[in-house]
Amino acid sequence: MKQKFDIITSTCVPLPLENVDTDQIIPARFLKATTREEQFFGDNLFRDWRYHADGTPNQDFVLNDSKYSGCILVAGKNFGSGSSREHAAWAIAGYGFRVVISSFFADIHKNNELNNFVLPVQVSEAFLAELFQSIQRNPKTQVKVDLPNQLVTNLSTGHSESFEINAYKKHCLINGLDDIDFLVQNQDKTITWEQQRK
Amino acid sequence: MNTLFDKIWDKHVVQQIEDGPTQLYIDRLYCHEVTSPQAFEGMRARGLKCFRPQQIFCMPDHNTPTHDQDKPIEDPVSKNQVDMLAKNAADFGLTHYGMMSPDNGIIHVVGPEKGLSLPGMTIVCGDSHTSTHGAMGAVAFGIGTSEVEMVMASQCILQQKPKSMRISINGSLGKGVTAKDVALYLMAQLSTSGATGYFVEYAGDVVKAMSMEGRLTLCNLSIEMGARGGLIAPDEITFNYIKGKEFAPKGEAWETAVTEWKTLKSGDDAVFDKEYVFDAADIEPRITYGTNPGMGIGITEAIPNEGGAGFEKALSYMGFQAGQKLLGVKVDYVFLGACTNGRIEDFRAFASIVKGRRKAQNVIAWLVPGSWAVDRQIREEGLDSILVDAGFEIRQPGCSACLAMNDDKIPAGKLSVSTSNRNFEGRQGPGARTILASPLVAAAAAVTGVITDPRELL
Repeated sequence: MKQKFDIITSTCVPLPLENVDTDQIIPARFLKATTREEQFFGDNLFRDWRYHADGTPNQDFVLNDSKYSGCILVAGKNFGSGSSREHAAWAIAGYGFRVVISSFFADIHKNNELNNFVLPVQVSEAFLAELFQSIQRNPKTQVKVDLPNQLVTNLSTGHSESFEINAYKKHCLINGLDDIDFLVQNQDKTITWEQQRK
Repeated sequence: MNTLFDKIWDKHVVQQIEDGPTQLYIDRLYCHEVTSPQAFEGMRARGLKCFRPQQIFCMPDHNTPTHDQDKPIEDPVSKNQVDMLAKNAADFGLTHYGMMSPDNGIIHVVGPEKGLSLPGMTIVCGDSHTSTHGAMGAVAFGIGTSEVEMVMASQCILQQKPKSMRISINGSLGKGVTAKDVALYLMAQLSTSGATGYFVEYAGDVVKAMSMEGRLTLCNLSIEMGARGGLIAPDEITFNYIKGKEFAPKGEAWETAVTEWKTLKSGDDAVFDKEYVFDAADIEPRITYGTNPGMGIGITEAIPNEGGAGFEKALSYMGFQAGQKLLGVKVDYVFLGACTNGRIEDFRAFASIVKGRRKAQNVIAWLVPGSWAVDRQIREEGLDSILVDAGFEIRQPGCSACLAMNDDKIPAGKLSVSTSNRNFEGRQGPGARTILASPLVAAAAAVTGVITDPRELL
C-alpha cells in the first residue's frame, strides 16, 4: 500500500485496448468486500477477460500469457473510464502493478491510483505506440520510470519522455505520505474558513 | 473565467497548495454501502471521528433487493455490506436512511428530492454519477474511497481544478426526444473521453426549457463523456422544484437563499476552455449498439463502421454487424430505473406508451422506482394501475439491474433495453448485452417485443 516511490525499472504487461473501463478492471460483483483486501481484488483483476465463465483461465488474455510479466501495465487510451470504484486501483495494486502507462487516463481513476501509490504515467500517443511495438517484438522489453526526474524511458529504443505530476503529489509518493494526514493537519484552516463564511 | 463553475468552486477554496491541488470545502458527502466501508475502516484505524457529521448522509442502494425488502437480504455478502453501513452511520453519528425507511432510495434520486442538494453547494459521493446533483446548480462530482475518507476526516478534499466546458443545445426537441436522447447524442459526438478533465455547464434553449427531472438525467450522464461533472444554472424551474422540500430553506431564509441563488450563473464575459453548440433538430430518439455509452446511433440509423480492435470486440460481444439497423431486433429484457431514469417523469413517459397496450410476451420487464418517494407518487398519480393493467409489475427501489449487484442480473447472451447509464461488457450481469435508451424507447420495446421507434406509438 504506502510503498515509497523512487525509480522503477521493469518489464511490462501490454493491454493494447482503448477505453478500458473500471467494470472490466474489477466487475461489480466483487465490490461487496468491506475491507481493503488487496489480494482478493488482485486475484479478480480483469476477471471476466482473464477467466471463462466456468472459471478456467482464458489463455488468450495477456495476464495468462507467461511471456509477459513485470510491475508496469501498459494500456490503450482512456484507461479507467466509468465507475469511480477505487476497488479498481486496489485490484491493480493487489496484482502487483506499481505503474500504469497510457496516453490518457480517466480523471477519477487517475486520482484513485495516486491515492494507492500506483503511478499513472501519461505519455504521448507516439511513445505509447512505439512501446507496444517494442513489447510485441521483445516481451522482455524494460521500461524505466524515474519519478524524481519525471522521466519514462523505453530501454529497448532508448527513447525517453517526461511526464507530468504536481509537486505536492510527487512529494507524497516519494515520502509515503497521504492526503488524509495533510487534511487533518490543516483542520484549523478549515475551521477559520467556516467561520469566515458565516 | 467567471463561469458558474468558477463562482462555486472559488467560494469553497480553503487553500491553494503551491504547485499542487486545491483544498476544497465540501458541503455534502453522500455515502452508500459499496464505496464507504473501507473509508470507515480507515477512519477507525487512524482513530478519527467525522469532522462534520451533520453534513454526511448515508443510504444503501446498490445491493438492495427490489422485492421483499421487509425480509432479510438473502445474499449474506450483500446483507453484510448493507448492515455495515447502518452500523458505521450509527458509530460515527451520521444520518442513515436504511432499507424500508420511507426516505430510502438511490442516493442520486433522494438527494435532490429531499432538498439536500441545493444550488451553490459542493457535493461529493463515492460514485461517478454524483454529477447528477449538478442539475441543482451545484458543483457535484464522484470520488474514490480514499477521497471519501478525506471528506469524513476533514470535510475537505484535495482536487486539481478541472477545465471548463460549455455545451449549448439550441432550438427545441422533437416529438419523442428526451433529455436521455440529448445525453446519448452528446456522448456520441464527444466520445466517452471527450470531456475528460473538464467540468461541463449545460446551456441553451433546450436546457432552459427542460424539467428538473430532465436536467438531473442530463447531468447524471456527464461522466459518460468523461467529464468531472456537469451543472446547470439554477432558475425558476429549480427554485419551484426545491421549494417546500424537507431540507430546503424556509421562510425568510428561503427568500435570502433565492436572492443568492439567482446570482449563480456564468457572466456574460465568461470564458470557457472549450465550447460546443448543438442543434436540437439533429437529435432523434437514440439507442446504443456497442459496449461504451458513446457507441450510439439515432434509432432509425445503421451502425457505422468505425473499425479498430475496440470496435470489433464490442460488436462481437453484442452480436451486431457494422451497417446493421437495429429496428425490429428482438428484445429479451427491459429495465426502467436507475439514477439516470428512475424519477417520476420517467415513469410517466413509460406509462404514456404502455397505456392501452400489453407487455410483449417475450419481454421480461423490471420497473424499479428510484426511491420510495417516486413509488408513492406513481401510486398517487394512478400510474401503477396503467402499468399493472398492461401486464407490468412495479418493484421496490434501488440501483437494481443498472449494475446487477443485487439479484437483478440479465442472463448471459440476453439483450436488454435499459434506461440506465452503462452498456459496458457484463455491466448488467456476466455476458449480458445492453442497449441504452430513454424510457420512451424502453416502453416501445416492452410492448412490441422488438426495438421500435417510440414516435410510432405516441
